Amino acid sequence: MFFDQDPVLLSRILTYLTLGFHAIFATIGVGIPMMIAIAEWMGMKRNDPHYTLLARRWARGFVITVAIGVVTGTAIGLQLSLLWPNFMQAAGHTIGLPMFMETFAFFFEAIFLGIYLYTFDRFKSKMKHFLLVIPVVLGATASAFFITTVNAFMNMPQGFEMVNGVVTSVNPLEAMFNPATPTKVSHVIITCYLTAAFVLGAIAATKILSGNKSVYHKKALHMTMITGAVFAVATAVIGDFSGKYLHEYQPEKLAAAEWHFETESEAPLILGGIINDENEVSYALEIPYALSILAGFSPDTEVTGLNEFDPDLIPPLWVHYFFDSMVFIGMYLASVSMLFVFMNWKKNWNAFNKPLLMMVVAGGPLSILAIEAGWIFAEVGRQPWILNGIMQTSEAATSSDHVGLMLLLFAALYTVLGVTCVTVLRKMFKRNPVQKEMHKRGIENYEV
Amino acid sequence: MTYEVLGITVLWLFLYGYLIVASIDFGAGFFSYYSKRTNKNHLIDSIIQRYLSPVWEVTNVFLVFFFIGIVGFFPDTAFYYGSALLIPGSVAIILLAIRGSYYAFNTYGAEESSFYSFLYGATGLLIPASLTTVLTISEGGYISIADNGDVSLLYGELFTSGYSWGVVILAVVSVLFISAVFLTYYADRAKDKNALALLRKYALTWAAPSILMGIIVFVLLGERNPEHFSGMMDLWWMFAVSFAAFLGTVYFIWKQKRLGLAVILMMVQYFAAFFAYGASHLPYLLYPHLTIYDGFTNESMAIALVTAFIAGLLLLIPSLYLLMRLFLFDADYVEGRR
Repeated sequence: MFFDQDPVLLSRILTYLTLGFHAIFATIGVGIPMMIAIAEWMGMKRNDPHYTLLARRWARGFVITVAIGVVTGTAIGLQLSLLWPNFMQAAGHTIGLPMFMETFAFFFEAIFLGIYLYTFDRFKSKMKHFLLVIPVVLGATASAFFITTVNAFMNMPQGFEMVNGVVTSVNPLEAMFNPATPTKVSHVIITCYLTAAFVLGAIAATKILSGNKSVYHKKALHMTMITGAVFAVATAVIGDFSGKYLHEYQPEKLAAAEWHFETESEAPLILGGIINDENEVSYALEIPYALSILAGFSPDTEVTGLNEFDPDLIPPLWVHYFFDSMVFIGMYLASVSMLFVFMNWKKNWNAFNKPLLMMVVAGGPLSILAIEAGWIFAEVGRQPWILNGIMQTSEAATSSDHVGLMLLLFAALYTVLGVTCVTVLRKMFKRNPVQKEMHKRGIENYEV
Repeated sequence: MTYEVLGITVLWLFLYGYLIVASIDFGAGFFSYYSKRTNKNHLIDSIIQRYLSPVWEVTNVFLVFFFIGIVGFFPDTAFYYGSALLIPGSVAIILLAIRGSYYAFNTYGAEESSFYSFLYGATGLLIPASLTTVLTISEGGYISIADNGDVSLLYGELFTSGYSWGVVILAVVSVLFISAVFLTYYADRAKDKNALALLRKYALTWAAPSILMGIIVFVLLGERNPEHFSGMMDLWWMFAVSFAAFLGTVYFIWKQKRLGLAVILMMVQYFAAFFAYGASHLPYLLYPHLTIYDGFTNESMAIALVTAFIAGLLLLIPSLYLLMRLFLFDADYVEGRR
């Protein structure tokens, strides 16, 4: 065949490819309904048709991304069994419940999304239509919740006993609500909202930068940046709790992320840098005590180092780069959105200046990159385990010889889907610019 | 009823749900493309779009529900079917992905594209063919299990067996029949006379092939798996009900009256045949390697799943009712007035 046959490695690459591609659409799939709901609410409360139009146009573009989210989500759902049959056999016994409930949440969302999209002009009461978007938000967020508990379980498996390789005495709720669940779930959900705010904000900023002075785009930018600032602060707080979780339950992941080798208190946090084969770090910025504080609120906290672990069972050290990228981008998004909100609040300051707008535009793709980096850190940081401490990834993969061929097929599929998605979205909004739609619907358009 | 039987019944019910809603969708894609090629698309396009647009996403969920549910209730199926079905499963995923996304691109995107609608039409017939592999291999004899426990699919056996091809053809013609019957009813509701005439013709065209293939597959299964076949013979009356319902459907379509009843009879036809097929397959999930008893999940998970299932239904049934009331039973919407 085409590759050196190693079903484990190829299965890992294919799973990453599917999840990495799905993550983009899943993230905005969870985040955008929230933004649509806020816009729709503002439009109703302020009786401002600009916000209602915002909700309508966002929803229209959103369907295209939902379609890809749905099909890639179906793909990963099936691929789990096809590529990791042994894992799913074990996992089915313990986390069948949240996976099952995820499909319910998805079902609920799918039904109401269909209704919401086709009833924009159908009801006289705006409230009725607004109420229809609530189940979409709830369904999207609930599916993120349930599926993330599955991932939390993989990091912190509990709620069952292993007797001679057989899963027994299962407690599904204990498996679902494991110690990793609170931080993981809240971090995933809030970053979905944050990413959606920045992706939509970047679109508005691009329009303004290209010379469009319509009040529509200014309102869009203002709204996304305020919500973005709120979500960014929440992300930082939850990120801090995640660090404390890792310190307590998965110290090898935190140590790998921070290149922390010796167990010590007053541990420094390492920013950036490069590591060589002898585990020597160069070009890094060290912040004294910060890691201890991140791990346990005080500089006296003793942080476990990598040297305590079996070298064959620690994650690869390159996860540090992804951890840092995620944190840096998170900080960047927080500063940009807060700066915008602050400048807009000050009289006589112009928040719509060119450099700031350009920074907002950069925030869109960067926020997606942060999602990817965060997931790579979270997943690779758990290696070599697929079920942390219980089942290694190499024991879980399929024995099939055809994974390489499937990898090529799926790579081609995602390329085609990605390219068409962008083309269709661009065409859609180019052909029906907002000025035209405002004119058509008799909404006053003025420039500010 | 034991949890095992309850579990498989619930899952079978969802698979049946998928069979109906997906067939309508798959067939509609094909008819839409075919009528475009024969320059009759103006007749039925709007009917199809009006029905499909709000429900396409829901259709997909039935399938996801089934394969997530089966791993939850019967985790060992993930091992056997997952190992064996890498290629057919992946092909099905790719086809579903192309179909779902290009439907959205075509419907909600900027413009209609004949290439997109070709993809939509062609995949509509290929997906049922690839999905039926699961039913085929469940009869046994298509997979081998090595001494170290590795499971693999015998492609030679699969591609040269009359039974597997019979199932594929049965699936395709059934898709076209189910879809045409439903769309005939929908066109009638929409008071669209031209669409009604065309779709009625499609329904009558595919009626004979679908029932004929049903009988042929029945006979082929007798050669393939005599044990299953004798189980089906014990349930002969269900197949008789199915056949009677089929005659009823064709009669009402032919006479062009009581089309709602025709749809219900068509659903009865497939319900009876599908459940008789499934019930006589028990206790095997994968003959002869896996039964519902040795592949079942632990009791606490079973209770949790059943509880979640009931809670989920309480949420879904009113929502589905709302969806149908707004888009299926709302005369103004169906007739295109809003």
